[in-house]
Parts: sequence; structure tokens; C-alpha cells
Amino acid sequence: MASEAVPLTIRKSPLAVVYEWLGTADHKKIGLLYIVYALLFLVVMGIEAVLMRIQLAHANSTFLSPQVFNRLFTLHGTTGVFFVAMPILVGFGNYLVPLMIGARDMAYPRLNAFGFWMTAFGGLLLYGSFFAGNSIAQAGAAPDFGWFAYAPLTSTAFSPGHSTDYWNLAILLGGVGSIAGGINFVATVLTMRCPGMTLSKMPLLAWMNMVLGGLILVTISPLTAAQLMLMADRYVGAHFFDVQAGGSVVMWMHFFWIFGHPEVYVLIIPCFAFISEIVPVFSRKAIFGYPAMVAATVCIGFVSLGVWAHHMFAVGMPSYGNAFFVLTTMVVAVPTGIKIFNWLATLWGGRIRFATPMMFAVGFLFQFLVGGLTGIMLATAPFDWQLTNSYFVVAHFHYVIVGGIMFSIFGAFYYWFPKMTGRMLSETLGKWHFWIFLIGFHLTFDSLHIPGLLGMPRRIYTYEAGRGWEIWNMIASIGVIFQGAAVLIFVYNVVKSYIAGKPAGNDPWDAWTLEWATTSPPPEYNFAVVPEVRSRRPLWDIKHPEDPDWKYE
Amino acid sequence: MRVRPSMHSTSGSNWMLLCSSAGGRKAFCKTFSRLVWRAAFSSLLFLAGSHAIFARSDGAPLSPTNIFAPVSTPAHSIYRLSLFELEILAAIFVVVFSLLAFAVVKFRERKQQDETEPPQIYGSNQMELAWTVLPVLIVVVLFLSTAQVIHRVQDARAPDGAIDVTVVAHQFWWEYRYPQFGLVAANELHVPVSDPSHPTPAYIHLLSADVDHSFWVPRLAGKTDLIPNHPNNTWIDPHETGLFLGQCAQFCGTQHAKMLLRVYVQSRGDFDRWVHDQQQDAAPASPDVAAGSALFISKACFACHTIRGTIAAGKVGPDLTHLMSRDTIGSGSVPNTPENLQKWVRDPATFKPGTLMPAQDLTDQELGQIVAYLMTLH
Repeated sequence: MASEAVPLTIRKSPLAVVYEWLGTADHKKIGLLYIVYALLFLVVMGIEAVLMRIQLAHANSTFLSPQVFNRLFTLHGTTGVFFVAMPILVGFGNYLVPLMIGARDMAYPRLNAFGFWMTAFGGLLLYGSFFAGNSIAQAGAAPDFGWFAYAPLTSTAFSPGHSTDYWNLAILLGGVGSIAGGINFVATVLTMRCPGMTLSKMPLLAWMNMVLGGLILVTISPLTAAQLMLMADRYVGAHFFDVQAGGSVVMWMHFFWIFGHPEVYVLIIPCFAFISEIVPVFSRKAIFGYPAMVAATVCIGFVSLGVWAHHMFAVGMPSYGNAFFVLTTMVVAVPTGIKIFNWLATLWGGRIRFATPMMFAVGFLFQFLVGGLTGIMLATAPFDWQLTNSYFVVAHFHYVIVGGIMFSIFGAFYYWFPKMTGRMLSETLGKWHFWIFLIGFHLTFDSLHIPGLLGMPRRIYTYEAGRGWEIWNMIASIGVIFQGAAVLIFVYNVVKSYIAGKPAGNDPWDAWTLEWATTSPPPEYNFAVVPEVRSRRPLWDIKHPEDPDWKYE
Repeated sequence: MRVRPSMHSTSGSNWMLLCSSAGGRKAFCKTFSRLVWRAAFSSLLFLAGSHAIFARSDGAPLSPTNIFAPVSTPAHSIYRLSLFELEILAAIFVVVFSLLAFAVVKFRERKQQDETEPPQIYGSNQMELAWTVLPVLIVVVLFLSTAQVIHRVQDARAPDGAIDVTVVAHQFWWEYRYPQFGLVAANELHVPVSDPSHPTPAYIHLLSADVDHSFWVPRLAGKTDLIPNHPNNTWIDPHETGLFLGQCAQFCGTQHAKMLLRVYVQSRGDFDRWVHDQQQDAAPASPDVAAGSALFISKACFACHTIRGTIAAGKVGPDLTHLMSRDTIGSGSVPNTPENLQKWVRDPATFKPGTLMPAQDLTDQELGQIVAYLMTLH
């Protein structure tokens, strides 16, 4: 009887599977935990947005009370920044960085797991505030003072319940989680690259996640410090932000924005990484100007630390102070523009394949351009004196966050889902998703620029009729329907493809970085043999042995 | 997969190689010059269009809070700077967008093409230098023009003849003090029109009694925040009479949305008459409203409100001495009519849920008497 190789199937009990996921320190599982967690909160955020847009579709609407509306916009912003965007981007980074540098895992796997769980508990704490009881003052406990929580609105005098405390503690936890992630990215990229992969041969995604890690470490600290000061004010009699005892409200703003501005770069830099991986593969060309891309990213990382007070142009800084921040903000636009030109030059002369990831990437390029230009308008302090705190700013940052970050995340999903699950997402559903989301995005956020120019402030639960705002608000609200539909199509695509999608194989996109050299999904140890590389595109070298990159880089 | 030897280039005169797959240098330059013309034309069109849409001199048909319809010097300075900047940004947008659109159409993969990879271009020092230097120059130009306007608006000195106004922002109403005239008003700011040849601007000192607020009347000036313990200043010199609208623009609590601003710009004569009227104490209550006047004290309205000429000297809520001289109540949120006044006094949350004035525990008769008294406060 010939002996046949019989595959050994290990069946795990459901409890064992749960325990495995809860206790994992594997970067891939942690990455997926972050991503799924963020997607759940994305849906919550979306519902908050839908409710707000229903309220704002008409002037003087009474669909929502001001108290509920104020909680919705506070939670929408806070959730979006800390419990959707950061986790999903850190999740992708965690999944991809070790694979792309040929490592077995991140430098500190258990710290990695700790970081995820801190972030997860932070988000649960934030939403736990809804279930908390009203205080003696009958103030609800869900935060309602805006995601930047300006003092003195957060003091015990003006927020008598525990809303501030829930906000404070939830984000403190999230911040600790982010710092853990930041440490890991820097340490992993610096020390765990495979043989032959010098820093100048790393994929751009690895560079950008390293800059991300460093920026996280620098930027979360001021926020944590400010939150500790706020807690001290509220509970142990400190007066940091108590103006009647010599404290300063403006100091909170400085601390918050010293965190808040680099934070938005923390959000966009991983998206630059996704675009820098997707655009070359689907243009069939190497990235144009790799050294400049690295230099621009590092430059953005540093300069972004010096622009924060452009959020405070209306606060009453002296004229030379305002002028300084105008200059630094405009300066940071230069390396950012350089990156757009480099991506354009990568497309130029290529053979562009419009699979879904590339469609989202091109959408990103257009929308990031527009968002950047409206950003320059906001950098111009006098113009900002009209535009700040209006719907123009809301339109600007949603352009960058949804039109930039969200689009690149969707692109990253379509690109790396095959690697993570071994199955392709449906291209047909992907195209429906893209076009419907594009239409909805533009209906909503193109329109919202105009009420800003016509004097509509942000964070208002209703508005006066007769100011020319109604039609634009109505169009913006209609756009939400399309975006919601598109996200539902996406969710359906993910579930359906996970169960019954086309098998992907190792390298469905004919790409060039190391993650495509292993199976889909990768085994827990990533690579059976530690890879050795000679160029930035090791798989190109393998596929084109007569014309390898290392001869020309 | 057969691979055509691809052209690898890093530096040197390689930007031309970029064109080689575009079908030659000629095609690239033709495209580029077409782009420049298109950019110039589009930005002119954009400007003309935006002028037509936004910048009508009356502004009112489109919106009474249109930032592109300035009637005061600070708003004018901002408007001119913004137009200059918009031209530049429109040109940048048209150029970059055209390149993007061209690239995604021209360089699509065609079905009939063989499966080779296109030329791999790694970079081009000249191009990269050019698209670094050009943005830096644009930044320098924008920065210098911006700094000039910042200085001109923020560091302007008050001429003689300027009106001084101190604005104190409260949750959720505006207090206006005129130290030169010894008067205190609420919710409706009056200033005289300013003749450009002989300016009489209003210099506005901004204070807050509680949390952060922001004073934003788009047609008059950019917004400036009112921050507790951090006094700020702004100024306006409206060239036209009329009513100009705005609202608080820094989230300040539950009723931030209805902390509206109304600025009445009047001829000098009308303004002086207004000042004179506001300076008077309230006339003693006539006998038919004596009951209401007594209730104002016994029901503790006086604890929050001031009526000069009576013992009511509360500072928490707006000064009511000349309540009936105002067009609106609730800081602009509803017209000042007898029914609205009744509803407001009975329960302000009817119009502004979350406002700090509590519902008054009054019988219908008491309510009628108090409102009758309030309606004599002209």
C-alpha cells in the first residue's frame, strides 16, 4: 500500500479560538483586531453623522435637542480620531511592517498586544459614558463639549457631571495604547530588517510607519499632560485652567493643539504609505523619487511640530505670533506638495491598471490636492479669521479625512485583503462601492464649503433660515445616503468574499515587496527562510533577473 | 513574461525620458503649454464666476453673512487677500488636476499591449528641484502678502473720534458697554456709520464672563475670540448703514447655536439719538403696571437683571432697561413680540432649551402683569 501524504487538520474548539485571539501577541492577529475594532466604531461614527445630518438638513429643525446634538458631534470627532482612524492605521501598520521588512514579528509583541487592549478599553469607556447615570446636576455623562474639549467648558463649573472625566480617561487609555504602538514601530523598523535591507532599501511603508511611530511618541505626551492637569483641576484643587485663580484657558489650547496638529499628520502619514505602495504597483513603475519621498516625510514629521497655532489664529495672539505660524504652516505644504508630484510622476508613463485599489488611490490624489489647497486658505491667517470655526473648516478636514484617509484605507483594504485572508474582494462590488462613495462624498463635502463661506459656524445644532445655508445643507445630507449605501456594499463585499471569494494566491497583483513572497494568509512565522534583498523591490529582481533594480538604484 | 529592456534612469537629463512614453517631447510640451493657457483662462473664469456668485456689493440676496461681501475695512482687507490667494490656488489646482486627468487617461493599460513593463524611471533631479523651488516661491509671495494684512488689521491704531465698545460675552447672550457714554446695552450692537474720508471706527474690546466665545459678523470683520482672562481687541468701520448679522463662533455650551449677533450701523444722527435714549433710566412704573413692577422684584427677576432707575441691579442676565427698543429677544433668536415675550418669560426653554434662565414659576395672571410691565421699558 503506497503511503499517501494526508494533510493534518487541527480542529480547534471555539473556546480555544477565542482564547487564541484574546491572548495573541502575533502582529498579524493584533493588526486584524485593530482593524475590525475600528470598523465597528466606523459604523457607530457613521450613525452619529447620519443623525446630525438629518437634524441639519433643515433650518430650525427640532429632530434632535441641542443636548443630544452636542454629544453627537463630540463623540463623532473623538471616536473618529482616537478609535477609528488611529486604530485602523496602526492595525494595517502592525500587519504589514514586519512582513515588508522580512521580519518574524514586531520588536515587542506583548507590548503590541497591550497597546491594542488599552485602545480597545478606551473606546469602550468612552461609550460607557452613555450608560452612566446623570449626576446630581442632571448633567448627562456623555461628553458634549467638542472633541477638543476647550477649557473652561470642561471645568466642574461648566460641566458639572462626569462627561469630562469619561472623555479624559478614555483618551488617556487610547494615548497609552498609541505610545505602545509608536515604540514598536520605531524599534521594529530600526532593528529587525532582513539582511540586505538597509534603511534606503526599505519599502516606503516601512519608512512612513517609522516616522509615524516617532511622531506618536512626541505628540501624545502634551495631550496626556494636559489631561492630567485637567484631572488635577477637577479633583485635587489645581488651577491650571482656572482663570479666577490665575490659570490660563489659552494654555489648554496650546497643549491640545501641540498634540492636535501633529496628530493629523499621524493620521495621514500611513495613508501616504498606502498610496506609495499602491500607485507604483498599479502603474507598473517604481516610485518616482524615493529619496525625496523619504526626505519629504521626515521633513513633514519635524515641521508639523511647529504649526499648531494655526488652529488659534482667532484667539488673539500678537501679529508676529500669527505671522510665524502662517509661515510654518505654508512651509509644511511644500514637502506635502512634493509627494503629490512624485505620485503623479509615478503614474506618468506607466501602464495604469484600474483595479479597485487604484481607483481609490486616484480619488485620494484628487481629494488630497483639494484638501491641501483649502488648507493653504486656512493657513492664511486673515482669511482664516473668516473661515475658522465655520463649515469651511469642517469641509476641509473631512475632505482630507474622508476623501484622503478613508479613500486610502479602502484602497489598502482592497489591496491587502487578499494577503490577509487568501481571498480576493469582488471587483464588481468594489467598483460599485467606489463610485457610490465618490458621489456621496462629493455631494456632502463639496457642498459644505459654501455655507462656511456664507458665514455658517460649526457645532451648531440648528441654524437661522434666510442666510443662504439651507440648500447646501440639504444637498450635504442627501450625500450621506450614498456614503452609507457604499459602506454597506463594502461590508457585504468583505463578508461575502471572506466566505466565498476567489482564491488569491501569494501575489495576485504582481507586486514587488516582500509580503507578496509568502502565502496568503501568511503562516504565523511569516517567512520559512529569512529573505535576503538587494534592492527596494526584491520581487521585481526575482521576476526580472536580467534587469534587476539593484543595478540601477 | 517577456521583458523589454527598460530604461533605468536616476539623474541627469532624464525628465525628457518621462516624455518618451508620452509620444515624444513635442507632445509633452504641447500638453504643458495648453495646460498653462487653460490654467490662466480657468482662473479668470473662476474669479469672474465667484465674483458674480459671491461678491455682489449688496451681498444681501445671496446671504447676509457672506464673507465675500465686505462693508468694513477689516473685512475688505481679508477679501482682497483672499481673492489674490484664490487666483494662485486656482491656477495650481487646474495645472495639477489637468496633469492627473491626462495621466490617468493617456497611460491606461490598453488591452492590445504586450505584457511588458513600461520604462522604470526612478527620479529626475531637475524636475524634483523645479517642483520644490516653485512652491517655495509661491509660499514666500503668499506669506509676505499675508503678513502685511495681519499687521494692517491687527495693529491698526484707533483714530480720534473712534467709538469704544466693550463686549462681554455670556452664556448665551452679548453685553455691550459704551464707556464713553456711560451706557450698557444687550444683544443688539449699535455703531455709527464710518465715512472713509473721516473714519469713525468702533474699537471693540472683547471680554468673557464665563467660557470661550467668538465675535463673528462676516461682512464687518474676521472673527475674534472672547476668552476669560484674556482680553482681545477688534475693530470695524462699516461704510454702509444697515443691519449686519452674525453669531457666536466658538462652541460655548448648549445654546451656542442661538447666541446670535445683530449689529445696527446707523447714521451719526440716529446713533446719537440711540445713545441718548439708552442713557436714560427707566421711567417710573405707571400705575397700570405697578403690579408687574412689584412682581419683578418679589419674583427675584432683579437677581439676574438690571433695570436702571429701579433697585434691580442683577448682572447675570441682560440689562432690561430698554428691552422694548430691541427687535429681538433671546439674543436674536426670536422677534420681540408680546406673545414671544410671554412664552419666553414663562419658560425660555421654549425657544432656547438649555439656556441659563430657568422657567419662571408664575400663574397666568402674574405672567401677564410682568409682561405688561416689561412692555413699558422702551
